[in-house]
Amino acid sequence: MMERLTGAERQIALMICVVMAIVGLVMAAAGHSDPLGIHGAIVLVAAAIMTCFVLRAIGEPEPAEDRTNSYYDDPTKAGLVIALFWAVVGMGMGVWVAAQLAWPDLRFDAAWSSFGRIRPVHTSGVIFGFGGNALIATSYHVMQRTSRARLAGHVSPWFVLLGFNLFCIIAASGYLIGVTQSKEYAEPEWYADIWLVIVWVVYFVLYIRTLARRNEPHIYVANWYYLAFILVVAILHIVNNLAVPASLTGAKSYSAFAGVQDAMTQWWYGHNAVAFFLTAGFLGMLYYFLPKRAERPIYSYRLSILSFWGIVFFYIWAGSHHLHYTALPQWVQTLGMTFSVMLLVPSWASAGNALMTLNGAWHKVRDDATLRFMMVAAVFYGLSTFEGSFMAVRAVNSLSHYTDWTVGHVHAGAMGWVALITFGSIYSVVPLLWKRETMYSWKLVEWHFWLALSGTVIYVFAMWNSGIIQGLMWRTYTESGTLAYSFTDTLVAMHPYYVARACGGALFLTGAILAAYNVYMTIRHAPEKHPERDYPTSSEAAEPAVPAAE
Amino acid sequence: MLRKILSPFARLFEFHARTHYRTERHSMALTLGIIVAAGVGGFVEIAPLFTIDETVEAAPDMRLYTPLEQAGRDIYIREGCYACHSQMIRTLQDEVDRYGPYSLAVESQYDHPMLWGSKRTGPDLARLGNKYSDDWHVRHLVDPRAVVPESVMPQYAFLLDTTLETESLPDRLAALRAVGVPYSDEQIANADADARGQARPDTDAADGVSERYGDATSVRHFDGQRDRVTEMDALVAYLQILGGLTDAAFANQPLGED
Repeated sequence: MMERLTGAERQIALMICVVMAIVGLVMAAAGHSDPLGIHGAIVLVAAAIMTCFVLRAIGEPEPAEDRTNSYYDDPTKAGLVIALFWAVVGMGMGVWVAAQLAWPDLRFDAAWSSFGRIRPVHTSGVIFGFGGNALIATSYHVMQRTSRARLAGHVSPWFVLLGFNLFCIIAASGYLIGVTQSKEYAEPEWYADIWLVIVWVVYFVLYIRTLARRNEPHIYVANWYYLAFILVVAILHIVNNLAVPASLTGAKSYSAFAGVQDAMTQWWYGHNAVAFFLTAGFLGMLYYFLPKRAERPIYSYRLSILSFWGIVFFYIWAGSHHLHYTALPQWVQTLGMTFSVMLLVPSWASAGNALMTLNGAWHKVRDDATLRFMMVAAVFYGLSTFEGSFMAVRAVNSLSHYTDWTVGHVHAGAMGWVALITFGSIYSVVPLLWKRETMYSWKLVEWHFWLALSGTVIYVFAMWNSGIIQGLMWRTYTESGTLAYSFTDTLVAMHPYYVARACGGALFLTGAILAAYNVYMTIRHAPEKHPERDYPTSSEAAEPAVPAAE
Repeated sequence: MLRKILSPFARLFEFHARTHYRTERHSMALTLGIIVAAGVGGFVEIAPLFTIDETVEAAPDMRLYTPLEQAGRDIYIREGCYACHSQMIRTLQDEVDRYGPYSLAVESQYDHPMLWGSKRTGPDLARLGNKYSDDWHVRHLVDPRAVVPESVMPQYAFLLDTTLETESLPDRLAALRAVGVPYSDEQIANADADARGQARPDTDAADGVSERYGDATSVRHFDGQRDRVTEMDALVAYLQILGGLTDAAFANQPLGED
């Protein structure tokens, strides 16, 4: 980790660690009678560990070779391993919360283990821990390859990766001790939010500086998506988390917005967390790893342009479809519904572009489970964006909202699209990064594929059933004009589906554990192979000049 | 025919693709393009909500959360109750029949943050206040399945044994005032005593609560324990005020009509 840093860079790293340790100490001291103090201690310990790590390396010999002749992959490697760790933690938590709904006694008796506290550990664990680390790691990989240039910096990639993980740890530990803003997918409190802003600014600067170094006139489409992910997530995060802390020595804060304005801001954030965290970034992955693995160029450059700008422009409007029939003014609801339906066009353009890219490579899809992961991800992307547009229609939403149908829809996207494209990308990039011939076991990849697919299908079908049944039961009247079912009746009807859902989730989790094992064994035991031409070169040197389209 | 109709679009598309081919060489052009394209929707949908007066109805009888209720609300947030319970009755007949008059924007006017929720694993709570007795709530929170055998709700027995932390309430009310809740200086200064007073009707502190928050404020032993103020007191006090901050929803919607 440290051997490729120069002496000056090691000193900068040391300074950052020491400053962080001081911040942690101040937080721990100021908030000693508050959960803030526990988080201060966590920051202090994390910074202390990093300080020791840097100190040990500070006298070591400096890198001798010219670093610009190679890509900087150490942070990518670390990011992928951390992502797999979070996958197992986050999905494990998911199976547990799912099981609690089927068998409530699995809550046990601790204060921290109730559904309300561990559910955000699951959501943040998979979205930010697994998804976020995978996005950061693959973005480092993709921006270097598509720019034909080394990362612009050696400390900042680590700062972004480790800083982001510190945010994730503070978030997850906070929920367990009762620190939350209650804003879904934006639960961490004010100090964690400020920290994430700092990390994110560094991430953006790193990205732009690396693009500025590129040896390739055009910025590849994958980078547009990563860039949109970084930029828009920053805007969403800052606006939705505006809050006034009750005290600088305590964790509690109150949102700057209230009631209807807060609801709109929250779901503008919430839906675009789906759009720019769980879609844009992962489309970046799709646009790089799928054509790479299939060894086919992207089917249509123009479709990429259309879908990219369509997604960036339309998605932002869609958030208000979370608030149909509520106290939100009707005109905003209608705008949200309209744009949600229009959103289908760029979404299907992306999915179609990905699938058409596979034309001529379908035999590879059949034989190669890694490529199949990405193909099925594109299919699920198409399916869940269709379902999303459909559910945003007011009449459909009146049935689906507040039920498990929404949960099923989210998981069709999260498991079927986001997780599958990530696993496909991990399987295709791990052998390259660790200079291995192939993955340790292709059979395990195949097993993982079928476990993940069956887990997703079981999960989604269970939630469709429970959601639609519950929605219908809520609105069923008897002949005498009274409601036919009590709320408890509908809850009893959910039980078999909750059991099925927990089983589907367990299958998916098993697949993720196999992936973590397979990656570990690849790193430790697979035969070595040095990849050809995986170093920065200008495009002119590598191939004849690209004919211009003009 | 179709080709003719589409030809202007094709030309536009062609033009766009060419322009893009040039601009995508500039990272800052992309950055600005993304910010502008993504900025429009949010601005158009959110900014007017702060300026259009009809967005939030007028409700002169709207009252504030007492410090004890606010402390209960903070516990509700801490425990993640919003993950399974909504507080937003939609304008649908079956919801009005099941839960009561549909929710108005003004009812959550002082809710920082709002707790409208997104999922009903349990029922909506927007009109829960005074539907059940304090005793029912305490028993239900201590062991939900003792009261509703089919329930999947987690038990919260520890709230009954945890003394409520009230020292930070003046700070919390001050922060709420900073974001727009009209607490008076007096209310902020006495928040600590008022929180304890509301759950101990037999003490002097109780009088201050009615004085500062109105005679209609419930002052009683919410958790049934006379000698101490617990987190259970706060949570039950909050649950009992849900839907009771204003009568606007009942006034605007004549019940019994379809």
